[in-house]
Amino acid sequence: MLLKQLSELNSVSGNEKSVRDFIISEIKDYVEDVRIDKIGNIIAYKKGKVTEPKIMVSAHMDEVGLLINQIDSEGLLGFTLVGDIDSRILISKPVIVGDKSILGVIGAKPIHLQKSEERKKSIDYDALYIDIGCTNKEEAQKLVKLGDYVCFQSEFREFGDNLLKGKALDNRAGCEVLIDTIKSDTDRSFYAVFSVMKEIGIFGGEPATYSINPDINIILDSSLEQNKLGHGPILSFMEKGAFFSSEMTKRIIQMSKDKNIPHQLCGFDSDRSDACKMQTSGTGTKTLKVSIPCKYRRSAVTVINKEDLKNAKTLLKELLNDIGGK
Amino acid sequence: MNINSELLKTLLTTYSPSGSEDRIRDIIENEVKDHVDEVKVDNLGNLICRKKGTGKKVMIAAHMDQIGFMITDIEKEGFLRCTNIGGISPLMSYGQKVIFENGTIGVVYAEEKKELPKIKLEDMYIDIGAATKEEAEKLVQTGDSCVYYSEYVETDERVISGALDDRIGCYIGIETLKSLSKTDKDIYFVFTVQEELGLRGAKTAAYAIEPDLGIALDITGSGDTPGANRFAVGLGKGAAIKARDNSIVVNPKVKNLMIDTAKANNIDYQIEVLEFGGTDSGAIHLSREGVLAGVISVPTRYVHSPNEVIMKRDVTSCIDLLTAILEGDLDLLN
Repeated sequence: MLLKQLSELNSVSGNEKSVRDFIISEIKDYVEDVRIDKIGNIIAYKKGKVTEPKIMVSAHMDEVGLLINQIDSEGLLGFTLVGDIDSRILISKPVIVGDKSILGVIGAKPIHLQKSEERKKSIDYDALYIDIGCTNKEEAQKLVKLGDYVCFQSEFREFGDNLLKGKALDNRAGCEVLIDTIKSDTDRSFYAVFSVMKEIGIFGGEPATYSINPDINIILDSSLEQNKLGHGPILSFMEKGAFFSSEMTKRIIQMSKDKNIPHQLCGFDSDRSDACKMQTSGTGTKTLKVSIPCKYRRSAVTVINKEDLKNAKTLLKELLNDIGGK
Repeated sequence: MNINSELLKTLLTTYSPSGSEDRIRDIIENEVKDHVDEVKVDNLGNLICRKKGTGKKVMIAAHMDQIGFMITDIEKEGFLRCTNIGGISPLMSYGQKVIFENGTIGVVYAEEKKELPKIKLEDMYIDIGAATKEEAEKLVQTGDSCVYYSEYVETDERVISGALDDRIGCYIGIETLKSLSKTDKDIYFVFTVQEELGLRGAKTAAYAIEPDLGIALDITGSGDTPGANRFAVGLGKGAAIKARDNSIVVNPKVKNLMIDTAKANNIDYQIEVLEFGGTDSGAIHLSREGVLAGVISVPTRYVHSPNEVIMKRDVTSCIDLLTAILEGDLDLLN
């Protein structure tokens, strides 16, 4: 399963090479052109018969993680957060450190040694450490160096009723939808962007949009407000930092109704996608967002529903056709 | 100069919150199209009206959006939950009427258990008289927006209304472009979108136009009410020439051009040093390699309430000042 491979690749923001290489190998035979821009985005062009208006479909390919910033005398590793991670979810999680993929576990002062006051508080990330089984600094330095990236180790698997769990399904699920659409047969030309560094400040989206200067931009990401898994992709009107094109949002809702594609609405999405930078890039873009409902985002275990994934693919293909395809 | 009350009332009472500016854009386009050489709507929805010339390229920006609310959820008892579009004060909204695009009117109120001064929008709801979710959904959907329902009041000297921020700027732009005569400048009157959400429309319009000079037309506050914070701007004292706000420190060349023009033409003016808020000039001056930009503001009381108050004579001063700048010599900007 393609999504399993995407989920299990380690590509924390700023270090997206492995997922980027994988995506390029997947799509290169289906696109007219594919290139990597200076900041690291993949920009591909899928050629069809219909070229106007100019459409760009984007999905960020990075994920949250950690970064080693200290190796102490006992061989334990200090780290900082890359992206918006809740420190409370970190303790005892298995992780993979650096290019050599060293297995480690996030440790903290054990419960029996904690004073009663300490037991009442959650532990912030700077009081945690990664244990890779070394006993001194020299030993650890042979395996790990400062600046190494750290990923959650989390097996991708199916469970429950139609559910998928794994790390980074926010937004590898969006990447999978975009890859699937690139591979599909369509008359509609579009630019596909797999953007970098969204989770650390929405950096990748803007230069990609600037260089393409599209009329319409469809963002694939994940969300969850008052929505439920299994009820279809989420269409949002507004999010933190962006107001989606009313024209495009109304159009996609009407189209989904007409074609009986399950979907759910979200008035205000309190999370950010690439939208705030993409929408006002250059001369401006009609931007809309299609989100895959995703639970427990920015943790080691993200959860999505297979039906939502399928419906997101249908919705995107129909939308491209609706804006002048076959 | 008398105020065109009919036009002003139409501008002020037209529903168009940020992100949903279609209605006001149509009205403005209709009003100006015979007075300009080109009219264009860009991808974000900005209305860009060009009066061609061979001289310097000037961008005039007035934002046509207004603050409002967006429906996030509809409860099974028919009450609507909402979030803000732009700078909405929950306390100021308590007990107010709101209106939707289709004319549905609701009342904003709060859960009784909440303490009023500390009230948040999440504790509040909109009552449109529906008893069930199904009944409510016949009138309003999740994602629909509404604005304060406010009455237009005009006296000999003042105008009281919601949405003066920034339909009064649109009015100044429209009246100026209609009366403008002797000028060689290449002028783009831009009626921008989504200013209240972070100067978004002005950013893309300025990028497309690449102006030599940008002038935003907007409202500012006033420091002449009981217990007001120190702010040397008052109603009736003339056009406010901005020195700074949180989005821009106006280049002295631009500020001085405005002051000199006002003095030379006997136009009432005051200097505005605003310690909060931003205007389209903030986005314009950072466009591409940087743009000289300034702001002409209308002193306004009770900003972002359903009853903003301005004086008509200040509006006249703003139109006179903008006209004089556009008809005057911009060489001193070099």
